[in-house]
Amino acid sequence: MSAISEGKFTTKDIVEKPELFLSGHRACAGCAPATVLRLIMKATRGPTIVTEATGCMEVASTIYPYTSWAAPWLHTAFETAGSNASGIEAALKILRKKGRIKDEKVDVIAFAGDGGTYDIGIQALSGAVERGHDFLFVLYDNEAYMNTGIQRSGGTPYGASTTTSQAGKILPGKLEQKKPIGDIMVAHDMPYVATAAPYYWKDLITKTRKGIEVDGPAFLHVFAPCPRGWRSDPSKSIELSRLAVETCVFPLWEAVNGEYQLSTPSKVIALAPQKKKPVREYLQAQGRFRHLFTPQNEKIIDEIQKITDTKWQKLLKKCGFPQQKPTA
Amino acid sequence: MQRLKAVVKQEVQGLNGDEAVALAVKQCDVDVIAAYPITPQTIIVEKLSEYVANGEVDTEYICTESEHSAMAACLAASATGARVFTATASAGLALMHEMLFVTSGCRAPVVMAIANRALSAPLNIHGDHSDAMAERDSSWIQIYCENAQEVYDSIIQGFRIAEHLDVQLPVAVGLDGFTLSHTLENVMTLPDEVVNTFVGTRQFPVVLTHEGKTVPYKLDPASPMTMGPVALPNYYFEFKRQQEEAMKDALKVIPEIHDEYAQVSGRRYGSGLLEPYALEDAEVAIVCLGSTAGTVKTVVDELRAQGTKVGLLRIRTYRPFPAETLVKALVNVKAVAVLERSMSFGGGGGAVFHEIRNALYDEKTHPFIVDYIHGLGGRDTNPAQIKGVYEDLKKIVNAKHVEDLVRFLGIRE
Repeated sequence: MSAISEGKFTTKDIVEKPELFLSGHRACAGCAPATVLRLIMKATRGPTIVTEATGCMEVASTIYPYTSWAAPWLHTAFETAGSNASGIEAALKILRKKGRIKDEKVDVIAFAGDGGTYDIGIQALSGAVERGHDFLFVLYDNEAYMNTGIQRSGGTPYGASTTTSQAGKILPGKLEQKKPIGDIMVAHDMPYVATAAPYYWKDLITKTRKGIEVDGPAFLHVFAPCPRGWRSDPSKSIELSRLAVETCVFPLWEAVNGEYQLSTPSKVIALAPQKKKPVREYLQAQGRFRHLFTPQNEKIIDEIQKITDTKWQKLLKKCGFPQQKPTA
Repeated sequence: MQRLKAVVKQEVQGLNGDEAVALAVKQCDVDVIAAYPITPQTIIVEKLSEYVANGEVDTEYICTESEHSAMAACLAASATGARVFTATASAGLALMHEMLFVTSGCRAPVVMAIANRALSAPLNIHGDHSDAMAERDSSWIQIYCENAQEVYDSIIQGFRIAEHLDVQLPVAVGLDGFTLSHTLENVMTLPDEVVNTFVGTRQFPVVLTHEGKTVPYKLDPASPMTMGPVALPNYYFEFKRQQEEAMKDALKVIPEIHDEYAQVSGRRYGSGLLEPYALEDAEVAIVCLGSTAGTVKTVVDELRAQGTKVGLLRIRTYRPFPAETLVKALVNVKAVAVLERSMSFGGGGGAVFHEIRNALYDEKTHPFIVDYIHGLGGRDTNPAQIKGVYEDLKKIVNAKHVEDLVRFLGIRE
């Protein structure tokens, strides 16, 4: 793997960089994925081709004859972000070699939501990574099929009510846990995997640039609250992404060549465990967990706390930190 | 096939259909190949892999993890400006189904070989046309070949057709599984430089971007373009209408390119759309696609030698369907038997039968038409059965009536 840039971005650099994801798109109020895409496109290093799976961001950004994309952009289907990136990268490589396009490095970014990554798109993603194509895959994770109306995905967390994992008289929402997609990608022996959240925007931009600069495939898992699907306050989306990190529901880390390391916001909690907030705080800010705050389902909140703690401990171990006491 | 005087010296090589595909692809300066193995296409990807491994081609070869990804990668590479090829069959083509529509909808001139094979269940690896016929509405140009020579010639023509500025649609070249894919034949091959000159480099249509600039239609950071957007009811329909117009244009372009190729190679397959055989004065005729035509021609020669006026019309280009010329070719025949290697279950005969009957509807007089489903799952169709069909046609002419509209040839009842 080539040297990864330190990603020393200043606010001024970011502000001055021309927008590649433009305003005027039709995303909902408070849509974190739209903010994520804009920030990621701020981190490009040069000419870039974007491909995007079917999903909220694809639909909201390209309703013909309008587009929000100032970069060349391709959408083909739901499950094809990985395979499209493969084709674009291979074409760029050979056309450059044959002198049929300008002799310059063109970066490739693939965007997909949780459906297009955890579920229907995982085969194409896994194949593309196994083949070692040089591209950055960005998962904007809003934890359900929001584009089709909030159906559960492999990325939906335990206990969340969606339209296909409804909280009812006998079922308390989704019964299964979120798939450990980041770890699955690390297990591909790929050079760069990281998680990010839009509240920590500099961290997000730095990681994006690292993912672009690395030779070979990179995977960036971005936490992206969806007020429509999460039944949360549209003005609180970015704060929710902070709370997810502070509760260790969504810790921030990087795995460079398979070596896990905590990113600063999560490292702060690892070093000062008292700063770790209870998951209850995160859950109660969202209507999709409202049914858990009843005498019947209260125990599920405890369970979610336990699951979160166990996962956090596992991550700490991978990052070389000593074990910590669970949150009371 | 009609042989003319070729302008260049050609080398005769012993090739099966799959090898003929691979050689043609090698000579067409393909930039990206994305494919997944499936019988009976596998020899194509193996041979291409060998060319890549030996540095005999300057091609990026992506061994995808499925046919769905193969077609998605082909489409994306084509959108980026590459000349692209893939090959598949049967279940592989069925898995590509979604992407076939996206590829034609994005107007990506991908060329694909289909080693036509039956669809499961029961699982069957042998030849019929069920796979490609199921994709007839996918806006891909479809060419069905009679022999390995035609396979070689059609792949080369395929790139010119697909990339033609009036067409810009993907092209599928069909070769019957095993009968063509795995059978060794003598194939006349053109020198590399001749193919290279014939195919040329890929041309791009010029389009108007959202920024108001006119640029080549491809993904290029110098002129950002949004490809594959959402189109709502207010625009989607026009996109589809344009594909239909391109298909109509292809009806003109395919014979032109076929003629141009004939000037170089000396080989001609009728008009490039349809190949009539002993049809001028024929009283009864068979219409078929693919390798079956070879057997039918043998029988026609035999029956003609006995003084019987029988003929054949081979459909080489099935999409776009050359209805107008097909009507002219068949309108004076008294009875026609359509032989097809696929079924439209519950539809009352196969698709080719339906389309031919439809094409003849407006004629004042038209032949009796009968449909023979044959050769499913690789079932052999032999000369005796073909003779039987011609005899049936004579009976129909005499009776002035078709008893059973849809029949099964060579089946255990």
